[in-house]
Amino acid sequence: MRALGKLAITQIKLYLREPIALFFTLVYAPMMLVLFGSIYGNEPVEMFGGRGTVDVSVPAYIGLIIITVGLMSIPIGTASSRESGVLRRFRVTPLSPVLYLIADVAVYFLMTLLGVILLVLVGTFGYHMQFDGNWISVLAGFSLGALAMFTCGYWIAGLAPTARIAQTVGMVIAFPMMFLSGATIPLEILPESVQAVGKFLPVTYVVTLMQGLWKGDAWNSHGTEVIVLAGVLLAGVVLAAKTFRWE
Amino acid sequence: MTVIRVEKIRKTYGKVVAVEDVSFEIRRGEIFGMVGPNGAGKTTTIECCEGLRRPDGGEVNVLGLDPQADGNALRKRIGVQLQSAALSPRIKVWEALDLFASFYPSAVDWKSLMERMGLAEKRNAYVSGLSGGQRQRLFIALSLLNDPELIFLDELTTGLDPQARRAMWDLVRDIREKGKTVFLTTHFMEEAERLCDRVAILDHGRIIALDTPPNLVHGLKAENRVVFFTDDPLPEDGIRAVPGVVRVDQTADRVVVCGRGDAIVAGVVNALGAKGIRYRDLRTEQATLDDVFLAMTGRELRD
Ligand SMILES: Nc1ncnc2c1ncn2[C@@H]1O[C@H](COP(=O)(O)OP(=O)(O)OP(=O)(O)O)[C@@H](O)[C@H]1O
Ligand SMILES: [Mg+2]
Repeated sequence: MRALGKLAITQIKLYLREPIALFFTLVYAPMMLVLFGSIYGNEPVEMFGGRGTVDVSVPAYIGLIIITVGLMSIPIGTASSRESGVLRRFRVTPLSPVLYLIADVAVYFLMTLLGVILLVLVGTFGYHMQFDGNWISVLAGFSLGALAMFTCGYWIAGLAPTARIAQTVGMVIAFPMMFLSGATIPLEILPESVQAVGKFLPVTYVVTLMQGLWKGDAWNSHGTEVIVLAGVLLAGVVLAAKTFRWE
Repeated sequence: MTVIRVEKIRKTYGKVVAVEDVSFEIRRGEIFGMVGPNGAGKTTTIECCEGLRRPDGGEVNVLGLDPQADGNALRKRIGVQLQSAALSPRIKVWEALDLFASFYPSAVDWKSLMERMGLAEKRNAYVSGLSGGQRQRLFIALSLLNDPELIFLDELTTGLDPQARRAMWDLVRDIREKGKTVFLTTHFMEEAERLCDRVAILDHGRIIALDTPPNLVHGLKAENRVVFFTDDPLPEDGIRAVPGVVRVDQTADRVVVCGRGDAIVAGVVNALGAKGIRYRDLRTEQATLDDVFLAMTGRELRD
């Protein structure tokens, strides 16, 4: 227990000392919101069912933060710690891999949550973002989506032989996801064919789930999202556990 | 009492035979060294003992445990300094010590360990800003956090300057003084000779010699040399008659006496005194482990 706490605190400190990861986790999404908010404002738009651009962008950008952490920070961080020998040093201590992974996931989760909170604050105080949901529900949906995508990061790192390959694979998956899932560009303005591609990307379900819960939708109207994300999570945990290695 | 027993281990990587038929025992309280050129199999052997690698054949027993089956129990009782391992460059010295101390059910006070290792003034420095010697001391400190009975040091002084290397030797001797057992590897013969109680010389994955450094050197029956300078003429038979002397070479005022056995030094000095020959800068050159390696393999150890 003491090891878990120390490990988590140390990892948080290391995260805070890593400017690039910090930028993508905490600054990137709020910055995008300010950028598009200043262009489009938050006036009601018919296409968004009478909601403003900011109102739909905030829950969508949560997907964006999850993508950058899950498909970029996690695979790069995990594979490069392995490659540089940081994990090897842990391996010769009694620290168990499960404990290490729990602390690691907890830190990424907290940092992502912090990014989401910043985003919501910018939306609320900068653009009077409209929110008709329930924060507990949103937190639950966010947790499901974030953890599901995080597992992808770990198995990408596990399957990739080197940190460079983990980075490349993460990026190659992350970029289409950013633009085809509705996380940056609203699905509503994309052609049907592109929307169809989005159906194969798990992040699309994170975005629609978050946007739904934002409006106050009931959980049972998002059964598909829950099933898809729970499936990605379970399969991901198994694959990540199977492919994790200290060196 | 035996702390490590390795019996006929073998490890191959594809076609490369890293270690073959290696057997040795390490006793409690000794500094045991494994020396050999790059790729000799030192790291493979030591990491089989640490439980990081699984030998393809043979048996390893460390502190009465099987490193593969009882890895967790073993890791609580050993300290390990790996040849290739790292800390995050962005972690501070004290944070690393504090973190690693938390992994052990009972750890020593890391603050006093930090002072003992001369790292107190670097307490708040990032690992990326440490010198090679400081980083090495930090890694050794990490390996001592659980007050281990047995310490593995793989390539303790590679990359250090001679002064830092000597400081590291003193550190290892201190560790042994506290009753601990040390298993180290090095590719410096001098280091093995000065530091180790017993040395195994490894070449191409096999142990080619294993003994105390003096025994290895004596076993070689290498020549000892006495070198001195003199301006006086040397009497023809005066020195050659000393027991053990094989050859006397003279170039200008420099005289080299070659022979076997330690007694030739005293013999030569006595002979010079008896004949009233004035000499200066007399010194002896003894065979070293480098000569042992050369004699056994026909190659120089130097990389
Ligand atoms: N993980 C590995 N995969 C493939 N080959 C390996 C691996 N580890 C070691 N080898 C090979 O096994 C042989 C012994 O390597 P080892 O690292 O044990 O040597 P060493 O004596 O420690 O050398 P050095 O002084 O350079 O550290 C070498 O030929 C090396 O290339
Ligand atoms: Mg080595």
